[in-house]
Amino acid sequence: MSVMNAPRSAPARSAGRPPSMRGNFSAWSNRHRKWLFAAPAMIFVGVLIVFPLAWTLYLSLTDSQGSVRAATEFIGLQNYLTVLSDTERFWPAVGRTLSFTGVALACEVVLGMGIALLLWRPFRGEKWVRVAILLPLVATPVAVGMMWRLIFDPNIGFANQLLGMIGIPAQPWLSGQDTALGTTIFMDVWQWTPMVVLILLAGLTSLSEEPDEAARVDGANAFQRFFYITLPLMMPTVIVAILLRGIDALKTFDILYATKGKGGGSFHEVETLNVYAYGLSFDYNQYGLSSAVLILFFMIIIGSMWLLTMRKKAVSK
Amino acid sequence: MKRRSIVKYAAVAAALSLGLTACSGGSGSDDAKAAGTVRVTLANHVWTEGIKAAIPEFEKSSGLKVELTQLGEDQLSDQYNVKLNAGSDEIDVMMYRPLQEGKAFAKNGYLADLTSKVSSDANWDWKDYQEGPVKATTTDGKVMGVPIITEREVLYYRKDLLQAAGLEVPKTMEELEAAAKAIKASSPDTAGFVARTGKSAAVTQFSSFLYSFGGDFTDSSGKSTVNSDAAKKAYAYYGGLIRNYGPANVSTDMSWPEAMAIFTQGKAAFYTEADSLYKNATDPAKSKVADTVGFAALPAGPAGSKPYNIPSWGLAVNQASGNQDNAWKFIQWATSKERTLAAQKAGVPGPRSSVWSDAEGTSTYPKDLAEAIAVSAKNGVGHDRPEVVTVGKAREIVGEPIVASITGADASAAADSAHEAFQKFLDSEKK
Repeated sequence: MSVMNAPRSAPARSAGRPPSMRGNFSAWSNRHRKWLFAAPAMIFVGVLIVFPLAWTLYLSLTDSQGSVRAATEFIGLQNYLTVLSDTERFWPAVGRTLSFTGVALACEVVLGMGIALLLWRPFRGEKWVRVAILLPLVATPVAVGMMWRLIFDPNIGFANQLLGMIGIPAQPWLSGQDTALGTTIFMDVWQWTPMVVLILLAGLTSLSEEPDEAARVDGANAFQRFFYITLPLMMPTVIVAILLRGIDALKTFDILYATKGKGGGSFHEVETLNVYAYGLSFDYNQYGLSSAVLILFFMIIIGSMWLLTMRKKAVSK
Repeated sequence: MKRRSIVKYAAVAAALSLGLTACSGGSGSDDAKAAGTVRVTLANHVWTEGIKAAIPEFEKSSGLKVELTQLGEDQLSDQYNVKLNAGSDEIDVMMYRPLQEGKAFAKNGYLADLTSKVSSDANWDWKDYQEGPVKATTTDGKVMGVPIITEREVLYYRKDLLQAAGLEVPKTMEELEAAAKAIKASSPDTAGFVARTGKSAAVTQFSSFLYSFGGDFTDSSGKSTVNSDAAKKAYAYYGGLIRNYGPANVSTDMSWPEAMAIFTQGKAAFYTEADSLYKNATDPAKSKVADTVGFAALPAGPAGSKPYNIPSWGLAVNQASGNQDNAWKFIQWATSKERTLAAQKAGVPGPRSSVWSDAEGTSTYPKDLAEAIAVSAKNGVGHDRPEVVTVGKAREIVGEPIVASITGADASAAADSAHEAFQKFLDSEKK
């Protein structure tokens, strides 16, 4: 720090004559250096995160609907009461959001770990296998949604033709009231397992070989080595993967909207909180209500991330 | 080494996903406000294709430059919701759905009043427009838009299947059901009947059945009538046709692209749909049944054959635009008699009386379709969905019994609960 303090002599030098504009600014900028450097980041956060959030919070306390420029009335927590007592759309949507995230995440972590273990040791052609595995990750979710929608079409889709060839009756897939959510979970797993593989593989390669070798010398079999050595050592990485993927899965919108459209289907069968909030604002133009849903959704996300971060701290100790 | 390569893959993946999100951002040019440019937002439609090709002609004659944005129906809605809500002046001319968004847009003050403009030019001739479409683009006595495309529900059918089964083209709802039944029985792979099934999407096509059974969504005083006897019969009939004689494993999410695909793949004998989509069935590049498709007026129910006859799209001027005079010039050109006739010949049914009375106007239409349209235009009802402000929500409510009926649930009970919800909704809109 001391090296940077040279301009301190500036005020002394300018004492004799009136300070120039330029001298003033450089003196000011030197005194507020830490704020100046942090300013771009702070403005970015302020404009793109704090302001929209605060605006949403404000809207959620008003009866805003139709047009956001129309006159609104402050109605306190009325929207929250309406939403929280809504057992027809809101609570089922919470349930779907949590089960979508839970099931998809569990499948992705288990599958991701399996695939990462397979790719851990070098083998011939591993480069090609890795590239192939990464392909779903770089496809746009809407295109993925459209592709699976064609495959799963109950009448002319490929999936049912395939089942027909081996004598299994046609399935409703995305169009079934009970099967739609499961099918979208499958699509999510298909697309995002590679990301989990990538994170876990990075964790695996950074593990040191010694504990594993020591266990091998002691006669531990592969299962014992995985469950007692590799997995505990990998726990922090696994939690990072769950954290990153979990936030993303909670927020899923694109594939659900691309496959089932507004309202998550005729029975709202894939309507998660995100899809519900979208419908409230873009289809019903009820911005107040929609903002309340979004604030509650935000709290759910923050809450679950807090739990996971606590868990990560406990594991790291 | 290995670790580095993994980091490399991760970096590439991250860069790609960032790049993909970055691409999705829209771009608007703010400096295009110069008076010589008209910014036009249009939906994907056959009409739009025709206009797009003719725009150089307009640019040459008017000296204006046209900046065209073309979007799918849903994206268009979202775009309007965001931009008009923000009071943006980036849009001058907008293509919109008078019956879906017209009331809400007018209420929110998004649309410029065109009343004095439409009557200013006798050659362009506002009086030439049919009464129904004009009513739909007029709010509280003010003209808010100019209709460009009209549609009516007609019966699409397969001539070859009917001939093979020895059936006549059905003239009544009973005959339609009997014919659908006979075809499904004779070849289980072919559905007797197909139509839209999605809760919200099906409402417009169901409406003609509702009217033909003697019902409507509301009565003259604006009260819900979706649980009247006529409505209950219509719900049961429409859902029953699809449940009993529709495709196996029928999805309850179908809008027109899915239903049309089933028909044009040769997997259904009858299909009720808007006439403005007929090219999808008669174009050999899109349809396997192009040679054998026939058209007829909607079969008559207890109250006769009463299909909707509505303007599905119109052009309007953004109230916030500072370029309204040029915007009007574009609309005047795009809706002129010549352009309307050209669009109609390309397969887009127009809203001007003159193009229908002109033999040239229907010269490119299949003969049976032109006849069906003429019948429908005579008996037509001027709306195909509840006439309210928040149409999206209303459609979901009155569509509930359609889906219930298709899936074999108690349609009558569903109509009763829809009635209750719809009345509550109508009351809330009055506030």
